Amino acid sequence: MRTYLLEIKYELVKALRMPQYTLPTLLFPVLFYVFFAVVFGSGRQAGGVKMAEYLVATYGTFGVMGAALFGFGVGVAIERGQGWLEAKRTTPMPIQAYFVAKMAMAMVFSTIIVLLLFAVGMYCGGVSLTLPMAAQMLGILVAGSVTFCALGLALGFIVGPNSAAPIVNLVYLPMAVLSGLWVPIQALPRGLQDFALWLPPYHLSQLALGVIGASRGESPALHAGALVVGALLFSTLAYAGFRRDEGKMYG
Amino acid sequence: MLWGMSNIPAQFTGVRKNYGTVEALRGLDLTIRPGELLSLLGANGAGKTTAVRALLGLIKPGSGRVEVFGGDPRDARSRTRLGAMLQVARVPETLRVREHIHLFSSYYPDPLPMPEVIAAAGLVGLERRKFGELSGGQQKRVLFALAICGNPDLMILDEPTVGLDVEARRALWKQIRAFVAGGRSVLLTTHYLAEAEALADRVAVIHRGVVVKEGSPRDIKGDSATLEDAFIDLLEAS
Repeated sequence: MRTYLLEIKYELVKALRMPQYTLPTLLFPVLFYVFFAVVFGSGRQAGGVKMAEYLVATYGTFGVMGAALFGFGVGVAIERGQGWLEAKRTTPMPIQAYFVAKMAMAMVFSTIIVLLLFAVGMYCGGVSLTLPMAAQMLGILVAGSVTFCALGLALGFIVGPNSAAPIVNLVYLPMAVLSGLWVPIQALPRGLQDFALWLPPYHLSQLALGVIGASRGESPALHAGALVVGALLFSTLAYAGFRRDEGKMYG
Repeated sequence: MLWGMSNIPAQFTGVRKNYGTVEALRGLDLTIRPGELLSLLGANGAGKTTAVRALLGLIKPGSGRVEVFGGDPRDARSRTRLGAMLQVARVPETLRVREHIHLFSSYYPDPLPMPEVIAAAGLVGLERRKFGELSGGQQKRVLFALAICGNPDLMILDEPTVGLDVEARRALWKQIRAFVAGGRSVLLTTHYLAEAEALADRVAVIHRGVVVKEGSPRDIKGDSATLEDAFIDLLEAS
């Protein structure tokens, strides 16, 4: 238990001492939100609610996804590539502690991002969420980060340390746009709207939108199921990558 | 002694490992005895690092057995008695020396007290420095500290002094000698013959994945003028 807490503590310390990596992850979703919701979205509606309210849910999903893919995926890829993960594996440390700490970090980041979006939305976008609604949306988004941590982990084990950041971007940005996180899903062509059903961020954003009654009305069980299946699939891929490392030599 | 445990720190029995078509280990037999510093000496690509990785349970041998104190190297129980200093490209640079040691100590049931670790690794006065602010020699000493902080019975040092200047190398030698003087065992891989001669109780020369000669540095040297001559003769003969 103490090991787990210390791993989390030092992950936090590392993040705080590297603001050049930490701040962009925290601030990008908020800046995008300001741009699309506050500057261009004012007076407009989406999904039957104010654009600024709709986009809190989708940029919340966007931020959660970024924290998981970068903090977790790129972090693992780099430490694995540098031999640091291996150095830790020679100790009796339970390997789960390493992953749990990184996941806890992604969740802390996700919480901060969503709270920042709430604050900006309320003060600049006229968003009015009741406290229970805000708490529910935050809970859904942070819980949903598990699926993206698993995706990040799978990428972290499949790609090399140097290509990790560009490859994660290649997955992150198109997936976000195609899931209707930047502009509402209804604004995408019909074919892309159907394709979004295959993308995990779409399902998380629809669950979050459900809190404010702005989802497309598909069953929440479908969305939750898709996120669980995604998490299992990505974890299996990550595990395969982890096992492959055991049989291979780097450097 | 627990059942199934052995006081032999480490034993390789007929260990083979291929990477694709490359045979890294071709039936390695090697024993590390209690209280000795065994130096595994070989050229680059001889199989030293693969042997170390098999001993640490980081790779699975294709065939043969590797045991650490009679157990599977991947068991937490075996790892508790091991400390390793690997060739790590980069260590998280924003953590301080004592923070790194604090975290690694928490992995072990019976770690050494922090001041002892700091003293044994020659890091007095550097506790609050961030890893990224240290010199190359100081960084190696932090890795050494992480290897000994769990109070291991067997320490694995994989080319610990590569890239260090003479002074830093000798400082680390001193710390390694102090560790062995406490009755513990060390496996040290190196391609510096002087290092093997200065530190080892026993030398095993590895070439193309098998041990070609084993003995005290004096035995290995035989009639040759230096260990280096003996080493080159050996490689040419095998």
